[in-house]
Amino acid sequence: MSKKSQKFEGDPNTTGHEWDGIEEFDNPMPRWWLWTFYATIIWGVLYTIAYPAWPLINGATAGVLGWSTRADVAAEITAVEEANAPINAKLEAADLTAIAEDPELGSYAVSAGSAVFKTWCAQCHGSGAAGAKGYPNLLDDDWLWGGSVEDIHTTVSHGIRNEDSDEARYSEMPAFGRDELLEKEEISQVVNYVMSLSGEPQDASKVEAGSVVFADNCASCHMEDGTGDRAQGAPNLADAIWLYGGDYATLTETVSNSRYGVMPAWNTRLTEAEIRAVSSYVHQLGGGE
Amino acid sequence: MSILDKHKILETNATLLLIFSFLVVTIGGLVQIAPLFYLENTIEKVEGMRPYTPLEMAGREVYIREGCYVCHSQMIRPMRDEVERYGHYSLAAESMYDRPFQWGSKRTGPDLARVGGRYSDEWHADHLRDPQSVVPESVMPKYGFLEEKKIDGKYIGDIMATNALLGTPYTDEMIEAAQADFRAQADPDSDYDGLLERYGEDINVRNFDGQPGISEADALIAYLQMLGTLVDFSTFTPDASR
Repeated sequence: MSKKSQKFEGDPNTTGHEWDGIEEFDNPMPRWWLWTFYATIIWGVLYTIAYPAWPLINGATAGVLGWSTRADVAAEITAVEEANAPINAKLEAADLTAIAEDPELGSYAVSAGSAVFKTWCAQCHGSGAAGAKGYPNLLDDDWLWGGSVEDIHTTVSHGIRNEDSDEARYSEMPAFGRDELLEKEEISQVVNYVMSLSGEPQDASKVEAGSVVFADNCASCHMEDGTGDRAQGAPNLADAIWLYGGDYATLTETVSNSRYGVMPAWNTRLTEAEIRAVSSYVHQLGGGE
Repeated sequence: MSILDKHKILETNATLLLIFSFLVVTIGGLVQIAPLFYLENTIEKVEGMRPYTPLEMAGREVYIREGCYVCHSQMIRPMRDEVERYGHYSLAAESMYDRPFQWGSKRTGPDLARVGGRYSDEWHADHLRDPQSVVPESVMPKYGFLEEKKIDGKYIGDIMATNALLGTPYTDEMIEAAQADFRAQADPDSDYDGLLERYGEDINVRNFDGQPGISEADALIAYLQMLGTLVDFSTFTPDASR
């Protein structure tokens, strides 16, 4: 192999680098690339002038455009709030029961309420509002604290048994077993009686004794016929709809240790218009009264 | 010999190249990172921030140990969709006592920066035990074992002392009472006046998991239930220029 340089007429100069006879041409960068490179440098300088960039002694340069993330998001939120302000004001001023009667307001409330529900309520009550064990189904017409739009509005605003709102709905069922208010046998009897109200008891022979236990201990809240009392959030026990379950084991657990379902207050997180919207949405799901 | 030609000296001397590369990176780091420690707009002070209580700190340790941060971020970005879904965007000061912070950028699950108070304790217990029982579409694994694992807070004082060393304002009294405060917060029947005195009136004192004894689930739920609740945004107006 010849070690002589294989340079031809018209070839560019070499960089002077040479490895085992292989030399490197000193080709210029392609012009389009080079100009793009210069342009990005200029753009970078202008960008740091226009937007917040350089740290100084106490603060940083604010940029001549005066842009900030916080102002940006605030402006965006304000724009949406202003666009909805007229109808939200109407929603807040309207009588709760009249919302559904106004076609424009009603459809706005339901679609806005549906968005609120999916964001804030679906985690417990389910994305379709069918609930889960311990979290009420909102599709049926069985209500613990009332199913009128006003009742729903109160529940959403203040929640249930929480520590955040003084007006939260509150009631507490005694833990008849844990606190030794009833004997094990009495609990078994009353559970059988409760099961007999809406279906078949596990042990029919205990039903009669259970009815006495029920009348003495349960009827003051759940009423003598077991249909419950909404003023105290005492469920209807005669309708075969169960929040925690209507089988023998679950009912024994409920009577023994009680239940204490908590719902947060939403009036600190949602606006009045949002609460009214979601109340209207829940009201029209099927069980509204 | 122009200055560019002198570059050859660096290129042909590996040690020099290493030293000068290090110098360049150091300058870059100083310009980018150092100002964050003294610029006023990055250390905005807000009212309401307090160090974690011992039980919450233990919950945070569980959170980190279980890798919750792998799927959950704790930083609400200042964008309208985030603010509408999660609440007010996060402030830097809200993670001032987080070592390390839990901001994250991976969201298989939702952001948790303001999850405090959003659900009931029972929901958290149900959800940790079996996430699909309350959110059927969830892909979160089950963490029911947390409520089986009882903890006594024996070492929580040490963790707090370490944090104090790094600048978290834990007093000697707080560190000394760590284990007592740890127990008090999970037991509403206990004498928890000292806890409230040391950490503030708004501390949640409850049996978080609903089971007797203090479990890791108690600690984790106590932690989750206070996330993002310290700053009162009805009285705080963020400076828009920041």
